[in-house]
Amino acid sequence: MAEITYRDAVIRGIAQEMSRDNDVVFLGEDVAKAGGVFKATVGLYEQFGPLRVRDTPISEQAILGAAMGAAMTGLKPIAEIMFSDFFAVCFDYIANEFPKSRYMSNGQTKCPLVVRTGNGAGSRFGAQHSQSVENWCMMIPGLKVVAPSSPVDVIGLLAAAVRDPDPVIFLEHKSLYPTKGEVPDGEIVDKLGTAKVLRPGRDATILALALMVPRALEAAERLKAEHGIDCEVVDVRSLVPLDTQTILGSVAKTHRLFTVEENPRLCGWGAEIVSIVADEAFYDLDGPPVRITTPHIPLPAADILEDIVLPTPERIVETIRRSLQG
Amino acid sequence: MATAQDRAQAAPGSGLNDDIGEDKRLAIYRSQLRIREAEQRAYDLFLQNLVKGTSHLSLGQEAVATGFAEAMQKGDLSFCTYRGHAHTLARGVSVEKVLGELMQRDNGLMRGKGGSMHLTSEEHGVMGSYAIIGAHLPIACGAAWRAQYKGDKDVSVCFFGDGTTNIGAFHEALNFAAVWKLPVVFVCENNLYMEYTPIADVTAVPHPAADRAAAYGLERIIIDGNDADVVYRTAQKAYAKARAGEGPSLIEALTYRHSGHSRADPAKYRPEGELEKWKERDPIKIYRERLKQFGVADKVIAEIDASVRKEVDDATEACKAAPMPPLDILTTDVYADGGWAWRN
Repeated sequence: MAEITYRDAVIRGIAQEMSRDNDVVFLGEDVAKAGGVFKATVGLYEQFGPLRVRDTPISEQAILGAAMGAAMTGLKPIAEIMFSDFFAVCFDYIANEFPKSRYMSNGQTKCPLVVRTGNGAGSRFGAQHSQSVENWCMMIPGLKVVAPSSPVDVIGLLAAAVRDPDPVIFLEHKSLYPTKGEVPDGEIVDKLGTAKVLRPGRDATILALALMVPRALEAAERLKAEHGIDCEVVDVRSLVPLDTQTILGSVAKTHRLFTVEENPRLCGWGAEIVSIVADEAFYDLDGPPVRITTPHIPLPAADILEDIVLPTPERIVETIRRSLQG
Repeated sequence: MATAQDRAQAAPGSGLNDDIGEDKRLAIYRSQLRIREAEQRAYDLFLQNLVKGTSHLSLGQEAVATGFAEAMQKGDLSFCTYRGHAHTLARGVSVEKVLGELMQRDNGLMRGKGGSMHLTSEEHGVMGSYAIIGAHLPIACGAAWRAQYKGDKDVSVCFFGDGTTNIGAFHEALNFAAVWKLPVVFVCENNLYMEYTPIADVTAVPHPAADRAAAYGLERIIIDGNDADVVYRTAQKAYAKARAGEGPSLIEALTYRHSGHSRADPAKYRPEGELEKWKERDPIKIYRERLKQFGVADKVIAEIDASVRKEVDDATEACKAAPMPPLDILTTDVYADGGWAWRN
């Protein structure tokens, strides 16, 4: 057991999989000699050499296309797109190519690859380097979408993503890179499609993802201490496949549902979950499900503005308190 | 049109048993004719409303697909566009499988799940037909990267039209392949029209592919794409270079499509006489004359003609008799487990 950062967990996760399987290769912009702009790939080039850890030009289409061609013909590439906002310049691969080739070819082709990317706000980078794009990816049949919130989940879910036979979008939260957590020694392999109950509770279920997970946990502690409200916090972790059983089970117990989403409000992941809960667990609910999200605006750069648009522990506490106690 | 140098290259060498040889020449003739007959049949079946959806024919462009495919070795990989029937047939996929897919029957190459624009046959090295312009150039780079990484000797060959040279992925892939020295061959079929608009009207240079080659440190190569011998020899050279680890090639093959862009296009934008002029340089006519010039007996040619027509006729009948795809394939193969489950 050791305490490591989320950033170092990325390095350890990639290294674990590259050590295990020579077919795992890694490419992206500034990832090799420079160790990545977020320093989340430092040392991999030195450890695995220039054939397996490769710097690319600023060519996001070439990066994802090359990853796909390599995956179709036998490798298991990990591709890095520096900022998830850049998905917009290579979205053809994410929306049209990776997820559809198996289906269109009637099962002839395969696409076992992982796209890692820096997602989310908190760095005051403004509207084109701060977005949470999980909902862009979640709506595409054929993709899998994962967003870990802790170092141990980074390693375990990254290993699961690399070993998965389908294309997986792996969203690392930029603001979580410096955060720390306990990680066991040895190989760590988790399972895609599993949510985690991080804090049991009786009065309300809070679903959160990535950076919103520590905020939900903090809010839950304060709700308990200050208002006597006992919240269950569920880290969704995997949007596709979605662990609806854990979510429905929690709602059946607490009878109230709150989602905490960093993505802008329209078509956020919480909307889909609320719809599932309304369909399948309506009579378990004692009140309307409530979504706590970033508003439907581009993200501002200034710290005072960015801080106010993302769901904060204060906003989570206040929203849940008002809903439950009026 | 082809340069004098191209014509010199096309001239027969030491007769029928030159570097290409009789067997290969007969195979090249058969393949071109097979594509011609299958494409013409696809058009006829479209008029009968038996070919559904869209279709993009390679009538007139048969020499490019044939020349490059005939020079390939087993294991080499083809990456095609939505105008991919010809390239798929040229790798040996049966006419029935292709027509079946165009007719959206259960006997189609992908049982109707992909359609005309996505023909794929991994067992033949046809790694897909891509309907988003330019998408497959980077994908071909990736397959070539795998070959380079694993020490495999196969070449990835990527076909696209002149219109593709103006999209970003073309330029990203060319640079990427050149920097990584990948065993990939990019083949631009310049048929003079991007869709309905002449390529010259929307491109800054006269040769949309070849004039960009220098930007990526590559040789400027323009060939007569209607002469299958020229295409075949060019392909051999490019494949040998790729296999030797000397990196990518970009080849611009000049050709012309006899039909419109897609089934919806009567091609009325063409100047009068242009089609007729190109039909004089019909690749199949050129090749039939060459075989005769080399002394191949009329009977041999007639036998090939008859056997190709029989294959296409038999395929047509088999497709007409084939059932529509069953509904249970709707939700198969979304994910690798064979199903479509996105939740538990």
